[in-house]
Amino acid sequence: MTSGLTVQGLSFNYGAKAALQDVSLDIPPGCFCALLGPNGAGKSTLVSLLTRLLVAPKGDISIAGHDLRTAPRRAMAELGVVFQQSTLDLSLTVRQNLAYFAALHGLPRAQVPARIDAALDQLGMRERSNEKVRSLNGGHRRRTELARSLLHDPKVLLLDEPTVGLDAASRQAITDHVHDLADQGLSVLWTTHLTDEVRDTDALLVLNQGQIISTGETGALRDGTPLSDWFLARTGAPA
Amino acid sequence: MKGYWGVARAIIGREFLRFIHQRERFIAALVRPLVWLLIFAAGFRAALGLSIIPPYQTYITYETYIVPGLCAMVLLFNGMQSSLSLVYDREMGSMRLLLTSPYPRSWLLFCRLFGSTMISVLQVYVFLGIAALFDITMPAWGYVAVLPGLILGGLMLGALGLVLSSFISQLENFAGVMNFVIFPMFFLSSALYPLWKMAESSPLLRDICALNPFTHVVELIRFLLYLQLNLYALAWVVISTMVLSVVAVWGYDPARGLMKRKG
Repeated sequence: MTSGLTVQGLSFNYGAKAALQDVSLDIPPGCFCALLGPNGAGKSTLVSLLTRLLVAPKGDISIAGHDLRTAPRRAMAELGVVFQQSTLDLSLTVRQNLAYFAALHGLPRAQVPARIDAALDQLGMRERSNEKVRSLNGGHRRRTELARSLLHDPKVLLLDEPTVGLDAASRQAITDHVHDLADQGLSVLWTTHLTDEVRDTDALLVLNQGQIISTGETGALRDGTPLSDWFLARTGAPA
Repeated sequence: MKGYWGVARAIIGREFLRFIHQRERFIAALVRPLVWLLIFAAGFRAALGLSIIPPYQTYITYETYIVPGLCAMVLLFNGMQSSLSLVYDREMGSMRLLLTSPYPRSWLLFCRLFGSTMISVLQVYVFLGIAALFDITMPAWGYVAVLPGLILGGLMLGALGLVLSSFISQLENFAGVMNFVIFPMFFLSSALYPLWKMAESSPLLRDICALNPFTHVVELIRFLLYLQLNLYALAWVVISTMVLSVVAVWGYDPARGLMKRKG
């Protein structure tokens, strides 16, 4: 039993169409793992399975040592998620959004203000805590979502294409920050199709047509070839 | 247990905040029954003769007759509107966030349902208040007695909305369902005319009305407003609520229902 994110033999079909076939992965604490895959590779299905929006008939998912099937509450309590699509309530303030999430996770009320302040401080968002989300730009909204995903102190962080639609500076800031979080001991799974977000020291998984076709350290896998070219050669699709 | 109440408070609180932010929705929800009460009922007053039927003990005006039906109409429209916002929530992702809470999904859905029901009930009381200003009144204690009936009816219609929302994959499909659910449910009920009146023109339609759970919501409210309990209607509403709730939880089960199709 590991304390990171472990997936064993996961398969999932939409009717007759296989979306994922025998996917296994292991992300130990302190590891930043990039999941690279072209459109339709099965990334969204994997994210839905990891967040329990879908349940696979075959395979096991363990989050921080808790089996998602047999102990969903404990497993979900250890998982922080940033979805590809924003899940913030635009008419509420940053603080209200975070407080709503804290309540959904059953955090003790007395601790919530301090936790929100700490999470916002980490992302440099404290001074915006009383602004309505509607008035924030894309980068700040993403930072708010990242702060929110850390509120309950999860051990595993899942980010589904978190930089889509952001400008270069915001992308860089978010990517750096999540790498720092991995350095602090979190298991991070970062799905993307943007090769420039992946560092040579990151673990890399390539998902194509529902199967993991490559796995290892990015630098060793690409072996001097630009990652986008290497990815194109492996999948036949541009990253 | 503390965490469960915290979740309930947060979800119900969010429903109220959303409601406060959508004042137009509140006004629209009130205008609809008021138009029926003050215009339609006035026009139909002469056309529809009403005999004395329980729970009434004397001749009543048509306006008085349709008040319970219009209360149920507020619950019906709100239940559907709430499920519409669920489809919207799901497309916008906030439902995803809700469902990643570690608390049981059935509890999360119940809190959502209860929150929207309480808003419907609030709207019904405002409607009853306005009706009273136009001298359409009920026994004073009837306003209190009707509260559990309104909550139960609201839960039933909200659960129906949840069921629909769990099986509707896209927002665009919703309009059709509204036409196929709301209008038949409302018109094939005792909201606008008593069932004996319906039987005069078609016994078959009367039987359909009698099987429509919405009829029983209307009758439950009607009797409670006059401080009487219609046990038959109560049983219908309770059983319908339970069945619809089970189907809603089934529809939102991650292994089945919409989520599977949507991916």
